[in-house]
Amino acid sequence: MTTNIGRPVPRVDGRQKVTGAARYTAETVLPGLLHATIVGATIAHGRVVAVDTSAARTADGVVAVYTHENLPKIPGQPHLIPSLFGFPAPGQSHFPLQDDRIHFAGQPVAVVVAEEHEQAQYAARLVRVEYAPEPSITTVEQGREQAYEPERIFGGFVPARTERGDVAAGLAEADVRVDATYRLAANHHHPIEPSATVAVWDGDQVTVHDTTMGIKATQLTVSALLGLHPTQVRVLTRFVGGSFGAKAMVWPHVALTAHVARQVGRPVKLVLTRPQMSAAHGHREAQEHRVAVGVRRDGTLTAIQHQKISVTSPFDDWAEPVVGVSSSIYRCANFSGVHRLVRGNTMTPTFTRGPGEAAGMFALESTLDEVAERLGIDPVELRLRNLSETDQNTGKPWSSSGVAECFARGAARFGWDPDRTPRRRRDGHWLIGTGVATSAYPVVYSAQVQRARARLYSDGTAVVETGTQEFGTGVSTVMGQVAADALGLALDRVRFEFGDTNMPNSSATVGSAGAGSISAAVHRAGTALRDQLVGRAVADPGSPLHGAAPESVVVTDGRMALRDDPEVGETYGELMHRGLQGEVEAIGEWRPTGFDAPFGMMTFGAQFAEVAVDEDLGLVRVRRLVGAFAPGRVLNRSTARSQLMGGMIWGMGQALLEGNEFDPRSGRWANNGLGEYLVAVNADVPEVEIELVEVEDRLVNPLGVKGVGEIGLVGTAAAIANAVHHATGQRVRDLPITVEQLLPAVPFGGS
Amino acid sequence: MDQRDHTVGGPPPTPDGARGPVAAPVRLRVNGVDREVPLEPRVSLLDALREHLGLTGSKKGCDQGTCGACTVWVDGRRVLGCLTLAVTCVGREVTTIEGIAPADGLHPMQQAFVDHDAFQCGYCTPGQIMSAIALLDEGHAGDDAQIAEWMSGNICRCAAYPNIRAAIRQCRDQREGARGATA
Repeated sequence: MTTNIGRPVPRVDGRQKVTGAARYTAETVLPGLLHATIVGATIAHGRVVAVDTSAARTADGVVAVYTHENLPKIPGQPHLIPSLFGFPAPGQSHFPLQDDRIHFAGQPVAVVVAEEHEQAQYAARLVRVEYAPEPSITTVEQGREQAYEPERIFGGFVPARTERGDVAAGLAEADVRVDATYRLAANHHHPIEPSATVAVWDGDQVTVHDTTMGIKATQLTVSALLGLHPTQVRVLTRFVGGSFGAKAMVWPHVALTAHVARQVGRPVKLVLTRPQMSAAHGHREAQEHRVAVGVRRDGTLTAIQHQKISVTSPFDDWAEPVVGVSSSIYRCANFSGVHRLVRGNTMTPTFTRGPGEAAGMFALESTLDEVAERLGIDPVELRLRNLSETDQNTGKPWSSSGVAECFARGAARFGWDPDRTPRRRRDGHWLIGTGVATSAYPVVYSAQVQRARARLYSDGTAVVETGTQEFGTGVSTVMGQVAADALGLALDRVRFEFGDTNMPNSSATVGSAGAGSISAAVHRAGTALRDQLVGRAVADPGSPLHGAAPESVVVTDGRMALRDDPEVGETYGELMHRGLQGEVEAIGEWRPTGFDAPFGMMTFGAQFAEVAVDEDLGLVRVRRLVGAFAPGRVLNRSTARSQLMGGMIWGMGQALLEGNEFDPRSGRWANNGLGEYLVAVNADVPEVEIELVEVEDRLVNPLGVKGVGEIGLVGTAAAIANAVHHATGQRVRDLPITVEQLLPAVPFGGS
Repeated sequence: MDQRDHTVGGPPPTPDGARGPVAAPVRLRVNGVDREVPLEPRVSLLDALREHLGLTGSKKGCDQGTCGACTVWVDGRRVLGCLTLAVTCVGREVTTIEGIAPADGLHPMQQAFVDHDAFQCGYCTPGQIMSAIALLDEGHAGDDAQIAEWMSGNICRCAAYPNIRAAIRQCRDQREGARGATA
């Protein structure tokens, strides 16, 4: 029975969030709570020669100052594994304060613990660290000569090379070849809530409150690093103030807080400062892509070559995998994708919303726009001619697609004009242009069994719970809808609980996988409990349903009744009271569809953008964004729209605003705060229109949910860059697109 | 500092009224209630609210005056709590997100934010709402461009901006409708 799924139900935590009552990690209240502050290295590479903590230790309120010289070593060795997989998930294979080596700027060199926040911050400034610096590498340019091709990237689970056919032959047989290089600045997540951890010990057990996208990942990581059993670590997280990948992995400050709390014997809170948020939980690495595409006159692709180079840390071979989408969605017999790395003095880069897909599709979709221009084919048409019904890497058919309808509905909503003549439209001194790009994001899954528990009380109310956390996706609202439908209860009878590792396990909610995996477990728990109760009723001589076939019984608003004779039935509560059952429970389990599934799993969409470029000043303003997406079944049209809209605005930020750079001399980030690292503000953002193309998918998971968290970002930057070209005649290949890049061309009529 | 009351302890003032760097009692009027807490003079209004008064609705996003999550009102004007020293608020009226709703209800702006799904993670939301209400009082909500400009001190990383504008429009139109009805 589906009556709640899909409805734009308002968020159940709305009242808490608009009144300020919603509590986030740093707001955990504990008696005797101490405040910890990290001191970060000011050099990017070298050694700590001496640390003088005497002034800090004697400052008012200071309880302890720890450096590599006096902090007991942690027993565990961090090894990077993506949190999705359900194992300890350190963000990088390195833990600070274990020796005197400095590998990247901002690496913790001391932790100050004090009674008050201000005292800790002040004392942190009194810690004197003497360094022996060594030359550092933080940019591709500095290390291009030493670049290497790793075997695997992205935490070891993606090969660095993807190849099929013969790219050289494919390029040779092409009528038209486009070969271009793109450079993308590094991006930071910058959720508005800074990462925070609060740790409180009780004997040999520790409770950790953490800003995380995976409470289980925090539990397993803290226990592995500190040499504890998972049974000794409980993690509590309700509300998280955004993540976007920043909190997808468990970074050193989390276990460090628990470690320090154990040393001082009191609860400790550690909150990262905004500048520390640039060098505490990875980043989207700056990257250079070279894309070569060969095509016949009719638009048939003959070859795609996609190469990337970027800087990784001393510890891990990390690169965003940029060819996962570009290798699989277009029919093309000859493909080659290679990731090369430069080992440098940065922390290990990490998942950032649309990790790899957003960057890779910027490069490919920009190139395809150029191909369409050279061929004189409508870029929408070029894509429709080449989009594949099968995953080109495996030959398996998509479980569902909907991409053609996304282009059709998106183009209609946008009012797509196939005339691609540059500098054709203007509005005063603004040149107007439009652009389009394909959007796609894989349906991600882990091997972990997803579990949820449903418990029904005899008054007809139910609690459904799983160990997840709410960082704005709407999970707490949406899973109530799923549970209500599964149990056959009214929405206001069901409460979804989450945020405690003592609850049944579900995977870290990363990779846009939360909606699909959690809804599967919640749905299974709800239907298992419903079936259990229906089974009891038909077996109970005291029930009006006694002797009925279970499948002939439907449940509506907590009342079980015969489908064909609704008068015959009784409520869950009546059955439970008669049986003297105060509550009944069921666990729901779902094992995600495996890698060996006979179909490919991808979410598709189409992105349209209209921009205005000031002819004199080179300013770019986005006037409209239209996105059409086919995310399988939509669980809540309101929260889904919000996530897609947020993703599209992120794409706009990637296109026009966001970027950080290393100062190559110091090896430090140049833009460490929200005053310097520009993110979209209200005045940057146009109205965003979204078409939800619901496609039935019986294969990806029980409810056919493909996820909406990241796809909104994929293709947006390309649509905007393509619109800038349409407006100005100039193709900008570096992100973010800045005034400087457009100024030389705009007043003089294009490049 | 003449409002200071020494019942909480702390060092006595010097004859000229100056106080030292250590914590001393400070009386703040927050959401219509007088509260007295010992504060060091370097404590920001935001930290006084969050760490000392238990009012955690005002959020710390940057502590640098760049994100707007800490927006509160001092004497009815929106200010950044992280860039305001608590001791400068003595004798002033401080209003936070916890102080704007009627008992048992929501302020119309709070309701409008819920109606339009004008947030996701919710962390910037109290600051957004404090700015949004102030915006109406300032007369800066005439059209969408004006709303967007005057709301640009409040970053929403979830990027609910179009929905935030819709919420402000709803509240503005309700208010103008009410004014029209009484005129």
